[in-house]
This record gives sequence, structure tokens and C-alpha cells, in this order.
Amino acid sequence: MKQFAELYSAMDSTTKINIKVSAMEKYLQAAPAADAAWAVYFLRGGKLRAPFPSKMMRGWAAEIAGVPAWLFAECYESVGDLAETAALLLPDAPEQDGLGSLTEWVESRLIPLRGMAEEDQRRMVVDSWQQLSSAQRFVWNKLMTGSFRVGVSDGLVMRAIAAVSGLKVEVIAHRMAGSWKPSSEAWISLLSQESSDVAQSQPYPFYLSHPLEGEPELLGNVNDWMIERKWDGIRAQMIRRGEDVHIWSRGGEILTERFVELVEQASHLPKGTVVDGEIVGWRDNKVLSFADLQHRITLKRPSRAILDKIPARLLAFDLLEWQGRDVRTLPLQERRALLETLPLHLSERLHPADWQAARQLRLGARDFLAEGLMLKRMDSEYGVGREKGRWWKWKVDPYSVDAVLIYAQRGHGRRASLYTDYTFGVWDKDKLVPFAKAYSGLTDAEIREVDSFIRSHTLEKFGPVCTVTPQLVFEIAFEGIQQSTRHKSGIAVRFPRMARRRTDKSPADADTIETVKALLLTT
Amino acid sequence: MKHSPHVSIFIELPLIELRPEGLYCPSGNFYIDPWKPVERAVVTHGHADHARWGSKFYLCAKPGEGILKVRLGKDASIQGVPYGQSVRFGETSVTLYPAGHILGSAQVKIEANGYSWVVSGDYKLEPDPTCAAFEPVRCNGFVTEATFALPIYRWAPDTVTFGMINDWWRGNSQQNRASILYGYSLGKAQRLLAGVDPSIGPIYTHGAVERLNDVYRSEGIVLPKTTYALAAAAGKFAGSLVVAPPSMNGSTWLRRFGDFSTAMASGWMQVRGHRRRRAVDRGFILSDHADWPGLLKAVRETSAETVWVTHGYIDPLVRWLREQGLAAEGLATHFENDEDLQSEPLDSEPITS
Repeated sequence: MKQFAELYSAMDSTTKINIKVSAMEKYLQAAPAADAAWAVYFLRGGKLRAPFPSKMMRGWAAEIAGVPAWLFAECYESVGDLAETAALLLPDAPEQDGLGSLTEWVESRLIPLRGMAEEDQRRMVVDSWQQLSSAQRFVWNKLMTGSFRVGVSDGLVMRAIAAVSGLKVEVIAHRMAGSWKPSSEAWISLLSQESSDVAQSQPYPFYLSHPLEGEPELLGNVNDWMIERKWDGIRAQMIRRGEDVHIWSRGGEILTERFVELVEQASHLPKGTVVDGEIVGWRDNKVLSFADLQHRITLKRPSRAILDKIPARLLAFDLLEWQGRDVRTLPLQERRALLETLPLHLSERLHPADWQAARQLRLGARDFLAEGLMLKRMDSEYGVGREKGRWWKWKVDPYSVDAVLIYAQRGHGRRASLYTDYTFGVWDKDKLVPFAKAYSGLTDAEIREVDSFIRSHTLEKFGPVCTVTPQLVFEIAFEGIQQSTRHKSGIAVRFPRMARRRTDKSPADADTIETVKALLLTT
Repeated sequence: MKHSPHVSIFIELPLIELRPEGLYCPSGNFYIDPWKPVERAVVTHGHADHARWGSKFYLCAKPGEGILKVRLGKDASIQGVPYGQSVRFGETSVTLYPAGHILGSAQVKIEANGYSWVVSGDYKLEPDPTCAAFEPVRCNGFVTEATFALPIYRWAPDTVTFGMINDWWRGNSQQNRASILYGYSLGKAQRLLAGVDPSIGPIYTHGAVERLNDVYRSEGIVLPKTTYALAAAAGKFAGSLVVAPPSMNGSTWLRRFGDFSTAMASGWMQVRGHRRRRAVDRGFILSDHADWPGLLKAVRETSAETVWVTHGYIDPLVRWLREQGLAAEGLATHFENDEDLQSEPLDSEPITS
């Protein structure tokens, strides 16, 4: 218990991701298998059902601390957290604290608490407090009340496990998919170096494209290139091996359970097939917006209604495995020919007569809710990572709007001492309404300049956010625009960033909300 | 303002009362820590909310005279008296006793006709190498602070806390990181300096801290060698400790230190929410105010039958003391809840580049 409480403190006392991950690695490395399993379970937000209503713990803690109920209430009001208030009030800890493994604490104390008679619960809880330090009591109280939470994402926990095991994050993610039950066996097989299950489900590394620099004429003959739209969805591999189907995102997430219709489709593929493509929302023969798709992917098991409203489709554009054979070294045109024999929805191949015609297609990409075009050499292999020169993305120029800096917030990590997170407003009649937040696009020197402007032009502070005299105008670039009920301005933009500071413009020259909304019509 | 009936026979005027200018002693015609300019002020200690500018004459404990001069200017009329030595003001005898809060901090004992009140100002019971230890003083009426008057506030021994601070500094030092430690520039900063292990690395200070270090050293307080941070070349800070006032957190002043970790030393760090809101990497629980057991012990040792409670968690302490059978009252003063939460006039650096 001692070590787990120390892990919690180490993670709670920093905002730095690397320190959190290395604290987890250190713990997992040293912990017995069952402890590691339980730690991972709790770090990922797993909760055991609370064995008693929290007001019971409140009463026991006040009693043991010798504090009347009114004073406990005053303390609670000041602290704002019951588990912490109780931990701070309980009498001093014993010399030897936190003895016993996390597993013993969970399996021999926490789990049996449920279903005990109240008097026995009280005895068990009071006894456990007497064996813990204040920091350990806090963690223990959190576990007991089912309110244990650490600011760490699933991905970071996986990263720590991957580092400890020497396996890839994808392997860990796959092995933990579904309902993973913590036990020493589960931990051992999670770290097992045997690869049979893994080989069966593993995606290939995704090959990535580069932004096209300069004019496309430099690429030579347009007919040497396969041209498709660049879809705005989720890049994914669909894997059919043996009887199994797996769907992986480029981020190493398993999406299989989230896209039942794709699983169904994949089950018609011949065994030993791996397809690369983009998952999009698709209805009435049209791509849906990324915002729609995003709404759906947040749901682990989407309802029937959502499936009907936002059906998913994989727009396939490459074939990586064919009849159980890795075909990534075949030229693209041969892979595409094989791909076209499969029962799939293909990402449409475009056939511009020349680069000028390709330019027209690119400009029209937004009509298809696409971000631009993809240009891939017909004779190219499916590469690894970001090798340059075979695949290019040729995006439509971003939208841009001139907006006024109205709120600022300090950055994180290295930028923590500077105001680097900005909110921009556009005119709605005589008021500036917030329309986008942006963090990137300025050089360090520009950031310092803007930072010192903010410090001398702060109007009001609300916690970490301050309002600023509306004076600085920036050109804000973004990729997409949506109607939104969640934003005051009624719109939401995708990937906003600062294209440049417009020192030549005054706030009065900034755009209006009408101009911005007009962009909605173009999509 | 209640007194026991047998006492009021001997004096015509109450020993202390609350006036718009501050706590006033009518029998002696002086104020204690007044918040408006008055003729005669007795000052418990040099923090900005207790030692205010503009009065004609100030009395303070001898070791605090230097601090008061820095705070109030050279031209202020300040008289320092040694602890324990009485001064006659009107009908009253005034004696200062150590309060253990910061260098020169004093409890003010007022006596007339065998009846006495003690105004404690701010105090702590824990030992502190930078100032004289708190001395319990018996009295009939006691005015106490209540900054940390909740039982969640219980301080660990200093040695434990400084062990944690040293470990943090050493750990950062091994990773070539500077350690920025925030503490109030008057009192907390010097206590930190006196408590850390200077063998870990060089120590730099913010200008506000360094200015007060000079005052402490001239009073004979031993502090490790410190260097004014702006006088040092950039790029020299890896592995060092930098002591600065809390208002520097998140400011551009930090840019010169390269890679660093931040920590705050304050009693408020006891509560996780305060720690997190402070946005520092570490919070060390170290306060110059009494914790809950300390407050109760101090009150008990005065044997006072009447207790007035000012600034902080007034209501809980008043209610607790009443339940123990004491005549306790809350008193609305202008003293601040805790200097750790304030930024203050001395925190500004001299002109920086």
C-alpha cells in the first residue's frame, strides 16, 4: 500500500507527463504481478462499487479524530473532498505504515467490506486507518469511496506498461482490450513475450504522407500518380486473419467494438487480408462531417439510433496483406488492382488530364468534405513511417479570418510562465464574440511580445484566464467549420492556429460573425 | 467588550478596544498594529498588514527595528525595546515577548492595576532558528490569530519538512535543474534559507529576499551564503536553489533559470486543492503561523478567561473555545488571512533588464 500511495503522490504532485509515466514505470517494475495489475486497474479509472454510503465514513472519521460533527463540516467545507478531510483529521499515523501489498488491501479488505454488517465495516475501516499514514489514508479513502482518480490518460498507462514489458504499445492495447480483469495471471500474460496472439491481430505501421511543397508540375507526369481525395476521418487498418477481425486506428487504438458495421463487412473478406483506408461517416451516398463522426467515436458501444444516424464506412485505398502474404513491396498499381477485386468501398480514384485539372479537383475537394488531394506514385511501395517522396498530401488552402485577441491563459510545461493560449473574437454587431482558441503559429519572440502586451493590458482575471484590452489582430487559419450549439458564436472551427499577426489592422478591421458564418455555406 | 465584574472595579477604562483605526488601549493611549495613521503605534511585527506607514511614533521589539526601518522608511520614528523590558504608557505598563513568527515579532502585554491583556499578533510555537521562540505569557485576556484554526492543520516537525525540501532540491540538482522555492520574502524566505542543506548547491535569491537577508544578517542571524539572482550570469542556475516570493510564479522573471522545478512553502499546502491551484510542482507544508494544536496550546498556557479571535477561521475557533468554557469573541480586524496568499510592496525587483 505504501508504494502505491507513493506512486499516487508522485503523479499528483506534477503536471509533467514524462514524470508521471516514469513514476508508473518505476512502480510497475518493482511491484509483484498482482499489485501491478490492480494498480493499472485503478490508474485506468477502474472502480469497485462503494461498500457503504460516504456519510458513514464521515461519521467514523469524526469519531476517531475526536472532532464534533460541526467542526468536521467546517473542515470539509474548507477542503472540499471527503476522503481528504478524513485523512487530514485522523490522529497521527503509526511508526510502521502502509504494510501489506496493494492486493491484500484490495482483496482482503476492500472487496470483503461490501456486504458486511455496519458494525463490522466500522471496525474494518477504523483498523485500516490505524495502519496508514495520512497520505496513504487519502488514497485508501478514495479507493473505498470509489472516487480514486489520477490525471493520466489510458494511453499513458499503456505507454508505461509497454516500457516495462519491452513490448509495443499496440500489443499492450490489444491485450487489454475488452474487459481486463486484474490478477497476477492477467499481468503475467499481459507482459508475455510470446507473440502468437499478437501476430494475429497486429496492424502494419502506417505509411504517412508529407505536405506537397511547391507546384505539382515538379512531380512529373500526372499519369505517374494515383490521385484521390484526402478524406477527413480516421485513418485505420481493417484486418481479417483467421476467423478474427480487428480494426486499428493510426493512434494504436482498437476500434473493433466501435464499428460493428465494418466488422460485418470485414467478415466477407478472404482470410489473410489487411486493408488501409479512412473511416468516415457516410449517409445518403455522401460523406458526413468529421464532427458527426467524432460524436460517434466517443461512444464505446453506439446505440442503434446513432448507428442509423451516423453509419460508418471505410474508404479503402491500399492493400497491405493478400492471402496471408505481406504485399507492401508490390507497386501501388498492383496493390490497387488486387484491392479492387475485394468487396469494399474504395476511395475513388480521380483521373485529371493534367496538373491544371488536378488543381480544379483540389479546389473542389471541400464539396466532398475532403481536405484536399492525395498524390501517390503509381510504382511506390507501402513505406514505413514518414519516408519522404512517394506520398504527398495536397491540402486546400486553409480558411482564414482576422480576429481580435480577447482572452489569454498561461501555457503549460515549458511555456508555463507565459501567456500562450489565446481566445479570439470576431464582431457581432458592436460586441466581440469568442470564435476560436489557438495556441500555435507564433515564434518565441512573437510570443514574448504578445505576453508582455497581455500583462500590461489585463482587464480582469477569472482564475487562470484573463481578459485583455481588444487591440491585437491576428489572422486565424483553420481547416473546417461547423455549426455548434456549444459555442457562443454558434460555430466551431477545426485546427485553428495563428497564421500571422496583423499589425497593419486595427480591431475595427477584424471580420464579423456574418462573414465567418458565410463560410459555412461553402462547405 | 466584556470584562469580569471584579476587574472593572479597579480600572476605569478597558485595557483594549476596537476603534476604526485599529486595536486601541485607552488607558495607555496607544494603538497596536493600527491600519490607519495614529499618534503612537506598538507594532507586533514587520509584515505589511501589521506595520503600516504614516504613524508619528512606533514601538517594536529591538530585533525587529531593522525590518521596520526597511518597511517604514528611514525617517519614521521607531523605538526598539528588548523583549521583557517594560515601557510606561499612561496608566499602563507595556512589555513585549517573543511571538516566534518572524525576526522581532512580539506579543504585546498590557498591564494596569494587576490586570493584563496580551495581543499576540501572529505567532507559531515551532522552533525557528531565525527568531526568538514563542514565550507563553499569563494574562486575563488574550487576542489570538486564527489563520489555520481548523484541526486539518497540524504541522509535521521542521526536520521532516526540511528533509523533503532537501530531497527535492537534490533530485533536481542531479538532473541539472534549478529549484525555485517560493516563500514570503520577509520571514519565510529566511527560515527556508536557514533550514536547507547548503552543501547541495549554490543558493540564489530574488531582490526582495536578498534585501531582507541583509537585515537578518545585521541582526546576527546566521544564513547560508546567498547571491542575488540578477547579479549572476544566465546559464549558471542548473542545480541551484532559488528563493523567491510567491508572486514570481508564472512571471517572466523565471525565464533566466532555464530548466527548473517549482515549489511553494506554506501552511496552505496542507490541502491538495490549494497545492493544485498554486500550479507549482511541489507544495511543502511550512508555516509561520500556529497550527490547530498550537493555537489551543497557546490559549491554554495564557490561562486567559477571555479570548478575542482575529483573522482567519474565526468562527470555528470561537465556537470551540466557548465549548471549552472560555469567553471567546470574534474580532473583525484588517489583518490579512495569510501573507502567503498576498503579494506585497517589497516583492518588486529593482529595475530589471
